[in-house]
Amino acid sequence: MKTSRLSTALLIAYGIAILGFLYLPLVSVGLASISKARYLSFPIRKYAFGWYEDALTSDTVRDLLVISLKVAGVVTVASMVIGFFGALAFARYNWRFRKTYQKLILLPIFFPQTVLGLALLMWFNALGVVPSWKTAIIAHLVWIAPIATLVVSIRAFSFDAALEEAARDMGANQWQTLREVTIPLLMPGVTSAGLFAFLLSWGNFPLSLFSTGADSTLPEWLFAKMVSGYSPLVPTVGMLTVATSAVLVFGGLILAWAIRRLRPES
Amino acid sequence: MQQRERRLGLLYAAPLSLFLLLTFLAPILLVAGFSTMPEKVFSLTQMPDFSAYRTVLEQGYWKSVAWSLFMALLATLILLVICWPLAYGMAKVFKRFTLVLTIGVVMTLFVSENIRLFGWVLTLMKGGLIEGYWRYWTGQGFDAPLYNGPIIVFGLVYVYLPFMLFPLAQGISMVPDDARQAAYDLGASRWQILKEIDLPLAMPGIMVGSLLTFVLAAGAMAESKLLGGRAIITIADEVQTAFTYGQNWPLGSALAMVLIAIIGTVAIWAISKADLDAMMGRKS
Repeated sequence: MKTSRLSTALLIAYGIAILGFLYLPLVSVGLASISKARYLSFPIRKYAFGWYEDALTSDTVRDLLVISLKVAGVVTVASMVIGFFGALAFARYNWRFRKTYQKLILLPIFFPQTVLGLALLMWFNALGVVPSWKTAIIAHLVWIAPIATLVVSIRAFSFDAALEEAARDMGANQWQTLREVTIPLLMPGVTSAGLFAFLLSWGNFPLSLFSTGADSTLPEWLFAKMVSGYSPLVPTVGMLTVATSAVLVFGGLILAWAIRRLRPES
Repeated sequence: MQQRERRLGLLYAAPLSLFLLLTFLAPILLVAGFSTMPEKVFSLTQMPDFSAYRTVLEQGYWKSVAWSLFMALLATLILLVICWPLAYGMAKVFKRFTLVLTIGVVMTLFVSENIRLFGWVLTLMKGGLIEGYWRYWTGQGFDAPLYNGPIIVFGLVYVYLPFMLFPLAQGISMVPDDARQAAYDLGASRWQILKEIDLPLAMPGIMVGSLLTFVLAAGAMAESKLLGGRAIITIADEVQTAFTYGQNWPLGSALAMVLIAIIGTVAIWAISKADLDAMMGRKS
């Protein structure tokens, strides 16, 4: 029962249409960012890159960028470490509460993020911690660390347990086994988890909203500008954050492809 | 050996478990505590009187709850229909195009939801991408389809599409080709194959996708705020308003508890049914 060529063609056309639907709003943002007019209206009469110059030289944007990078950077490193150990417990070792653990760590992923942000704000308040970009790291991690764990787990599930046993039989201690066998084998998963963590933290708004205190990340600033009326810097800064993510994703894909090419045996 | 695995499992699970205990469970318990306090207090030292829950019932907040759940359900059903053919294509028909689609769809997840919804405002507003060019070419404008109820559902469908598409494709890929071929050879129509073979066998994927979409959409807020112009106030929005403008932590907590109870029940039920080892392909 092979799918006919016509159906295949129709399905591919449908897939392209869905991709078009997903990217159409970004096309609008992109066009808006290079419109010369202060008040946007289509069709665009004059194109100019002046807003990009304004955005790149603006002190406000630079401060926002620094805070977003600091948060995403720490979240990335912490997620990789937590995700590495979390995934070994999730996928590799047989221990008593593994099934329960697998299920419980999924709950934060489903949780409405705005409510989580508010709950954390109350919690920080109760603990006497003043919210800043540092508390935003905690808030992001509640959601991102479980996702990172899942990403590493995919790799850990295909882990050959015999390799660790062989290392131990040949006299390697716990630390040597971890360093020489486990970490190298899981490294691709840990790297993807780091990439995911950075991208998710970079683009996150609902968790940052209540957890950053007086500091502000790029998505927060964009939202504040969006609801307070149109500013030509919104599409421009928006496009810059999108471009950053795109560069990282394609960089990651190219890296993965190159590594596979260079080491055909693994 | 087994002894060692047991010890290591527990040891390695500790960092994430302890972290979530302190940053996920504890805040929720705090919210639960606050929800029992008298109105407008900022500490847990008063006598619990549960008056905030009475306010939730009496002040018509149930309408926001009902609207959020209804819109989430609607978005889930629409997404099932929209995503099914594509998921089928990804699982059974496409070859390299599946990879292109996967990367293309995943990429959108890394773009802030705000920017994408703002993009829809620019696309749909009067003088936006669609209306602007339409008027330029035909000379006639039309009203922007923004700031109403249906556009909020549209926004939910747009934002949560990946969460339906991927589980669905995973589910359909588990339908054996032999079963479809056999049904076809025995003279089943396309419709019968869909109803008798595809839908039942892809049910795990359908369930995971639907529940994921529903749970996320029920707690959503940005679609209503940016696209809907708050034509319908969602429950998550009510929670935020009670905390910020209302300065009424017990009311906000009680509303949050209602949302947590609904989402928690659905999520825990769904998660307890799933066998993660089988889904993620564990060896041995």
